[in-house]
Amino acid sequence: MSIEFRKELFADERDDNLNEIGKPTQRQDMVGHVTGRSPFYDDHLFEGLLHMRCVRSPHHHARIRSIDVSAAASMPGVKRVVLGKDVPRNLNTLLSLLDFGLDDEPLISERKVSYKGEPVAVVIAESEHAARDAVAKVRVDWEVLPHVLDVEEAIVPNAPTVNETYPGNCFIYHGKYTHQKLRYGDVDAAFAQADHVIEGRYQMSPIEQAPTETCGAIAAPENNNRYVCYTSTQALFFSLGTAAKLLDVASNRLHFIGGTVGGGFGGKVDSLHEPMAILGSMLTGRPCKYMFDRAEEMQVGAPRGAERWYVTDGVMNDGRLVARKFVGYFDSGAYTRLSSYAIIKAVGHLPGPYTIPNVYADVYCVFTNRTPATAMRGFGITGVDFAIEAHMDKVAEQIGMDPIEFRILNSYRDGDMKAHRRLAKNTALIECCQVAAEKAKWSLSDQAKRQNSLTGGGGERAQLPNFTKTDENGRVEGFSTGSYAQKNKPGAPAQPPQPNYQPQPAPRPSAPPPAPPTAPPPQTPAAPPPIPRPTTQVQDPFSAPTPTPPNPPQPPAAPPGGAPRRTTRFSSISGLRRR
Amino acid sequence: MAKKPVQFTLNGSEKATFVEEGQNLLDVLRRGVGDLTPKYGCAQGTCGACTVLIDGEPHLSCLTLAETVEGRSVATVAGLENGAALHPLQEAFMRNFAAQCGYCTPGMLMAAKALLERNPRPTREEVVEAISGNICRCTGYEAIIAAILEAAGSGSAASKGRG
Repeated sequence: MSIEFRKELFADERDDNLNEIGKPTQRQDMVGHVTGRSPFYDDHLFEGLLHMRCVRSPHHHARIRSIDVSAAASMPGVKRVVLGKDVPRNLNTLLSLLDFGLDDEPLISERKVSYKGEPVAVVIAESEHAARDAVAKVRVDWEVLPHVLDVEEAIVPNAPTVNETYPGNCFIYHGKYTHQKLRYGDVDAAFAQADHVIEGRYQMSPIEQAPTETCGAIAAPENNNRYVCYTSTQALFFSLGTAAKLLDVASNRLHFIGGTVGGGFGGKVDSLHEPMAILGSMLTGRPCKYMFDRAEEMQVGAPRGAERWYVTDGVMNDGRLVARKFVGYFDSGAYTRLSSYAIIKAVGHLPGPYTIPNVYADVYCVFTNRTPATAMRGFGITGVDFAIEAHMDKVAEQIGMDPIEFRILNSYRDGDMKAHRRLAKNTALIECCQVAAEKAKWSLSDQAKRQNSLTGGGGERAQLPNFTKTDENGRVEGFSTGSYAQKNKPGAPAQPPQPNYQPQPAPRPSAPPPAPPTAPPPQTPAAPPPIPRPTTQVQDPFSAPTPTPPNPPQPPAAPPGGAPRRTTRFSSISGLRRR
Repeated sequence: MAKKPVQFTLNGSEKATFVEEGQNLLDVLRRGVGDLTPKYGCAQGTCGACTVLIDGEPHLSCLTLAETVEGRSVATVAGLENGAALHPLQEAFMRNFAAQCGYCTPGMLMAAKALLERNPRPTREEVVEAISGNICRCTGYEAIIAAILEAAGSGSAASKGRG
């Protein structure tokens, strides 16, 4: 297979002693794959294997009045019907292993269901057929509740509460806010001075990873009071820790074997199957298999969640972006899983690969009565990049500029300050645009062809804005700031058991773009200076001055509400890693 | 449930086992006689991971009643190798990086083998048609198509291997 190896890009930056890059290296697992001998989890045979099948909710949202398992339990081949009360510690959130977020999801629901397909009982039987037959005999008395399937409808006051852990249907960030904030400069002041303010609304659909091997695990009693678990997981130690927590056993009693995954794409990190199979094995003393069939994989398997983004750009006539504002909603489904983390990643990525002096984002992790969402290939980035790039095209069209030239003009370059307050390095958007244009036989101006990522960055573009407008929008009470979204931990200030707040309606851009102000906006002493405006037609937008404030940067202000944090934080997902 | 005896040839070896009414061939191959190379992907005939050859023709073993192979010849990837030597299709799959997770690979290989046995010099379009019932979520198919064409070019792909 030939690999195009573009040595001419950044050739002077790179060590030429590349021993591996550009040379195909055979995969160590390839012989196993082509001989069919690669050991997928289901390729381990156990004498006396029992099969587990779930009784699942047919409703989006319902209270469980009662569950009658008597008929199912007496069916031929049925060994046991498992309920939520049989799970030693029946509440978890995946990222609790990183001390991020509150336990909000039962392994087997006991009181209510919040999405269609949520498990409420599990049949363990001698064969898959027997398990299926018995599942059909479990009688659940449902009290159907109103449901909400739209992210913005879910966060208005009086919307049905999807997830009792988060009564406002929003994940709580930093123990304080209904959303993750990004504040960099002052977008409102910049919008007031921009030649154009252009809005867009972008909506993604949920996407199923659809691995060819469905998710599953087999567990069996092992020696020394241990359990072995063969699993399709993509995250072996994550699944180990999650199983140990839910089953309330020391992790050294669990022997996990995995690593051969029949396609994952992010959909095999949720660690639902391993604790269930081990629980079955603990309760029956026999090997147990719990796997999704194809219908479950598609309906219940957690997808890439849908996202909705509102993007507002302030842009000058010459094409310079001076402000970009995001309001985003991630549809997390009924429980957190990994959407809270995806948003941290998304906000760190904003405003995309562009240098824009004023950036603002409010991004909500919203609970709806949909299938919980999880990881999938670049999640947190892919959706908003679709929104950003669609919006770039829209803005370019509205200001009458070539869309690739518009990107090159606003591209980040090495040494530029990003909105998450790190300097950009190894940037290559300009070169990507140039190569894409060349391949597509898209003509670029000589100016655009001469640009590169290594020069023109840094300097004033490396400075932080000397004024950043902050706010306390979306502030909630009842969650300690000492740790992420921890509520009512020992040592935390005494709080009512359930935070009783009414979420504020989320800020949402109005439908038409705001009209330009008729009078200059009121200026505060700390407001940014006016955006430099060319007095004549700019012939060369690439050499136009960057709209960076001339003042030297001020030390960043202390974060508001800065109660001293009690615990050391090791996770970089917080964005507040201790230094 | 009533059990029924079934005898068939698997990769050239005689097999005799008991199957349940309604039991599919995939289950009998994997659990009944221990050939784990055909894979479960959907059990509804849409993914092709369970593809095996019955009397040289590709079949979805998840949709094949096990009792229907009585007296017939079944071939799986487990019989592709000739002793310690890989089949030219297997070698071509390796050379072309035509597997990533490897889960669809056994089914792909059997679909490809069936093609080359009836058509040793297929066109690209014929290769695409032959694997159109096999889903791969990793490779994007191009490497698989290239591998099958390369194996066909070697001229010996259809004749080597048992079954």
